[in-house]
Amino acid sequence: MAEYKLQTPLSDEDVSKLKAGDIVYLSGTLYTARDAAHKRLVDLILNGEPLPFDLQGAVIYYVGPTPPKPGEVIGSAGPTTSYRMDSYAPILIEHGLKGMIGKGKRNQDVKEACKKHKAVYFGAVGGAGALLAKRIKDAKVIAYPELGPEAVREIVVEDFPVVVVNDIYGNDLYEEGRKLWAKQ
Amino acid sequence: MRRVHYKDIVKAIRDTIIYSTTHLSEDMHKALQEALEKEESIVAKAVLEQLLENAEIAASEEKPLCQDTGLAIFFVKVGSDVQIEGGTLKEAIYEGTRRGYEEGYLRASTCDCFTRANLKDEVGYNLPPIIYFDLVEGDKIEIEFAAKGGGSENGSRATVLAPAQGKEGILNFVKQVVSDAGPNVCPPIVVGVGVGGSFDYAAVMSKHALFRDVGTPNPDPELDAFEKEIQEELNKLGIGAMGMGGTQTVLAVHIETYQPGRMCHIASLPVAVNIQCHSSRHAHITI
Ligand code: SF4
Repeated sequence: MAEYKLQTPLSDEDVSKLKAGDIVYLSGTLYTARDAAHKRLVDLILNGEPLPFDLQGAVIYYVGPTPPKPGEVIGSAGPTTSYRMDSYAPILIEHGLKGMIGKGKRNQDVKEACKKHKAVYFGAVGGAGALLAKRIKDAKVIAYPELGPEAVREIVVEDFPVVVVNDIYGNDLYEEGRKLWAKQ
Repeated sequence: MRRVHYKDIVKAIRDTIIYSTTHLSEDMHKALQEALEKEESIVAKAVLEQLLENAEIAASEEKPLCQDTGLAIFFVKVGSDVQIEGGTLKEAIYEGTRRGYEEGYLRASTCDCFTRANLKDEVGYNLPPIIYFDLVEGDKIEIEFAAKGGGSENGSRATVLAPAQGKEGILNFVKQVVSDAGPNVCPPIVVGVGVGGSFDYAAVMSKHALFRDVGTPNPDPELDAFEKEIQEELNKLGIGAMGMGGTQTVLAVHIETYQPGRMCHIASLPVAVNIQCHSSRHAHITI
């Protein structure tokens, strides 16, 4: 279990050193998107149209924050459950996505895509929305404002704490952690 | 007959919603601290520490503990000697919910289940709530409120077992549900189990069971022992905080049965499991 500080966008070299269970502090730009935005992004790719942000080396954060109070950069902003994005993630990974941040299990297709195209799935602590929001220094909606909390935002983070769940070698922290501690 | 004004109910509900979504309940705070002391996995310990720190930040900044501020759920007991002036109780709960969520900068998370369009502009901000009314004696209104997030609801299940499956069947079902849910429901969790009644009511009871303070015993000694047995079995799964592996997955199991008599039909054994994530936002008010 190692600890790294990484700057986005992520390179192949960055993700190659990461193993399931490593703690990573991310700094730089992340993009937020949930189900509805994913559907639109994938439709754009399938129609050969440009995306609202550059996917090369990008990290997407699965989050639908609470509305900010006056003067706040962002409201509470913890991860949402990732499996709802499973059907969209492989095509984004194929087109350059290097990291995803969420919580909960991914399906085999996503894990395979992570191996094949060198991408990682990070887990953030679900329900730690107030703490994680403190690491977000700037946020602006860059696409689909009509989706409200589900709009695509460009956010700037500093030392955003995540744990590697699925690495490019096929390891899965949820499976391994559980095996290690199960008493049957 | 005691008179209660609509406006007072609206205000009480608004305030409760804002307070409970930004302040972790005391029982959960204590349970998380105890879990941190008992946990052996370093990764899980780090998660629990983040959760306690999150609670501190949320309270001091009055920021929601979790961005999923849930569906608004109410269990309401209305005394027969209460008269409400200026509107109906149901309208007051709707208005209190709208104001609490909107003025508290909480997330509007209700949508049309087919089109998935947010209902904020059509039906109202995070409306409609889910309300269960009960009529009781007395001149008070008792309201239990929960902001119930989607993640832990998605991991919840209901079934009807054959009576012969008995306690073992119940234990196996609960174990299967918690095992399948794994990291998705934001462990450490409280597991509400509704047993008996009807198919639908078992689910209602499993949700209501989550209102009992963590750390308080079941008044039925047999069920209290069964709760502890189930908890021990579930913690053997090794899921741990946020599913990253550990010994502290389930903080408590709460069983509720249909009263009087722990009733169900002679042909069936309904069982429902409602999971409560660590971001337990529950409140109890008496008006
Ligand atoms: S399961 Fe609970 S803690 Fe996790 S994201 Fe949902 S509401 Fe928040």
